[in-house]
Amino acid sequence: MLNDRYSLAFKLYPYERSSDQDAAQPVRHPVVIVGGGPIGIATALDLGQQGIPVLVLDDHEGIGMGSRAICFAKRTLEIADRYGCGRPMVEKGVVWNLGKVFHEDRQIYDFNLLPEAGHKYPAFINLQQPYFERFMVERVRELQATGTPIEIRGKNRLDAIEVRDDHVVLDIMTPEGPYRIEADWLIGCDGASSPLRGMMGLDFEGRVFQDSFLIADIRMHNDDFPTERWFWFEPTHGAGASTLLHKQPDDVWRVDFQIGWNVDRKEEMKEENIRRRLDAFLGEGLGYDIVWSSIYTFQCRRMKQFRHGRVLFAGDSAHQVAPFGARGANSGMQDVDNLGWKLGLVLKGQAPESLMDSYDTERCFAADENILNSSRSTDFITPKSKISHTFRNAVLQLAEKHAFARPLVNSGRLSLPCVYDNGPLNGEDALPEAPARTRPGAPCPDAPLADGFVLDRLGGDFVLLTIDADAPEQLDVGGIALRRVKLSVNDDATGALAERYLGGATSAVLLIRPDQHVAARWAAFDESAVRRAVGHACGKE
Amino acid sequence: MDLILTPNITDPDGFYARLIAAHDGLSDEESAALNARLILVLANQIGNAAVLEQALALAQVGK
Repeated sequence: MLNDRYSLAFKLYPYERSSDQDAAQPVRHPVVIVGGGPIGIATALDLGQQGIPVLVLDDHEGIGMGSRAICFAKRTLEIADRYGCGRPMVEKGVVWNLGKVFHEDRQIYDFNLLPEAGHKYPAFINLQQPYFERFMVERVRELQATGTPIEIRGKNRLDAIEVRDDHVVLDIMTPEGPYRIEADWLIGCDGASSPLRGMMGLDFEGRVFQDSFLIADIRMHNDDFPTERWFWFEPTHGAGASTLLHKQPDDVWRVDFQIGWNVDRKEEMKEENIRRRLDAFLGEGLGYDIVWSSIYTFQCRRMKQFRHGRVLFAGDSAHQVAPFGARGANSGMQDVDNLGWKLGLVLKGQAPESLMDSYDTERCFAADENILNSSRSTDFITPKSKISHTFRNAVLQLAEKHAFARPLVNSGRLSLPCVYDNGPLNGEDALPEAPARTRPGAPCPDAPLADGFVLDRLGGDFVLLTIDADAPEQLDVGGIALRRVKLSVNDDATGALAERYLGGATSAVLLIRPDQHVAARWAAFDESAVRRAVGHACGKE
Repeated sequence: MDLILTPNITDPDGFYARLIAAHDGLSDEESAALNARLILVLANQIGNAAVLEQALALAQVGK
C-alpha cells in the first residue's frame, strides 16, 4: 500500500496519526506542500517563519540515501541563512577554489576561482544533499519548539486531488488508510517525476540528452588528494568519455564517468565494473570504499506555467536541468525565495492573488536561463555532432597554451542567481551612475560592515536601504511595514559597499524585496515614489 | 599590431553556442564549407597581413 521507493539516509519524520484523520469533515489548511525534499522543507521554513501555518506531506519518513546534489551556491546559502540554517551547512561543507582541466591525460591548465571578498558566504560549497536537507529539518524542529506553525507528516502520500477555484481537495494515503484534507494553496515540490503534475495532466517538455553518467562516491583509505575540482575531457584510460572528480565532506570523493547512452545499467552498476572504471582512472593499488553509486541520465525541460490557479510548482517538479553548473537544487531554492514572501502577502491579505502570477513570470524566466546555461555546458562536455566535437577539441588544444581560448572551455558554469530584468515587479531605476549589478531585478550582493554583513541587515521583509541618504525609519505602505536600513559608505572600510551599490553615485535609496532582490533605486528619498514602488512590487497595479 | 592572445570575446558561451548551432543539420562537406566561408569573412575583418600570418602560424602548430 505504501511501499518505500528508496532507502533512507536519515529517518526524521516517522508516521504519526493526525487528528485530521479522525475529523468528520475534511480539515482546511492555508498551505499544503507535497514533498519533503529540500525545496518542500525550505518552503515550509519560509512560510512558517512568516507565521503562516504550513503542512508538508511526504510519502517517506525521512531523507533519501545518496549524495545527489552536492554543490550549493552562495545564493542558496544566503537563503538558508535567512531561514536560520546556513551556518551548519558551511561548517560541514567543503570549500574549493582550485580547478584543473585535463585533455586526454595532460593537464591543460588550472584556474583559481578567486572569489570576490567581502561576502558572508563562500561562492559555493560541496555538501552531500542528505546533510543539506537534515540541517533544514533540524531547523524546522527548533522552530516548532518555539511555536512556529510547521508540520511534517511522514508516510502521507498524495493519491488524488481535485482543484477548485479557491482551494484544493487532497486524498491522502497513510499506513492506517486514507483521509481527506483541503488546502487554500497547494505547492508541488515532489521532484522531477512529480506525481502531482501527473495527476493534473500537465505538460513537462524539453530536450532529452542521449548520454548517461555513472556516479561513484568513494571514501579514500589515504586522503592524499588535494581539495580541488578535476575535469578530464577524453581521458585515455577509457573509463569514461569525460570524468569529473571533486571532494565532499567525510573524506568522500565524487567521481562522475560519462559512459554513453547505450549501456547495460545493471551490468554497469555491479561493484566489480565500477571498480574497474575507478582503478583505470585512479591507478591500481589505491584503497577506497564505494559509499554510493548511481547512473543518471538527464533532461532540460520545464512546465509551461508554474502556477495553475491555487496550485504552484517549485524546484525539479517545475523544471529540470542537466547537472553541469549545479542549477537544480540551487534554482529550486531561488524558487522558494521568490514564492515565499509573495504567498505570505497574499495569505495576509496585503497583496492581490494575482501577485502569484509574478512568481510564474520571474521563475520561468530564471528556468530558461538555467536551462540555457546547463545545455551549453552539456553540449561542450558531450558534443552532439562530429563538427561540434572538432570545435570542442580545438578549444581544448588551444587552451593549453593560450589564455584566449580558456573562457570557451565549459565544464559547468558557476550557478548564479537570476536577475529579473524587465520583471513585472521592477520599479524605477533612477540612479544611472550606480552599478548594473544592483539594478532593479538583481539580487543584492553581500558586502562587509563593521559588525556583520549587509544581507544580515536586510533579512526577509521589505526594506528601504539608504546609503548616505535620509529617510524615515518606518513607513507603512498599505499594511506593509517598510523598515529602513541605514548605511553609510564609512560602514565598510574595504569600499565594497560603495563599489557594489553606489558606483559613481554619492547616495542611494534602494527598495529591497523580502527575497533581497532590488525593486527600485533612487538617489534620494521621495515618499510618493517609494509608495508607488512598494505597491508595484506587491502586484497592486 | 599583434595577434590578440588574451580573452577578447564578449560572451564566450553565447558565441560558442551560436557557432555550433550554425552547423546544425549540415553534412561534413557543408560544415567544412561553412567554416571556410567564416574564416574568409573573419580574415577580411582582421585585414592586417602580419596578424593573419601569426594566426595561421598559431593554428598550424595546433597546440
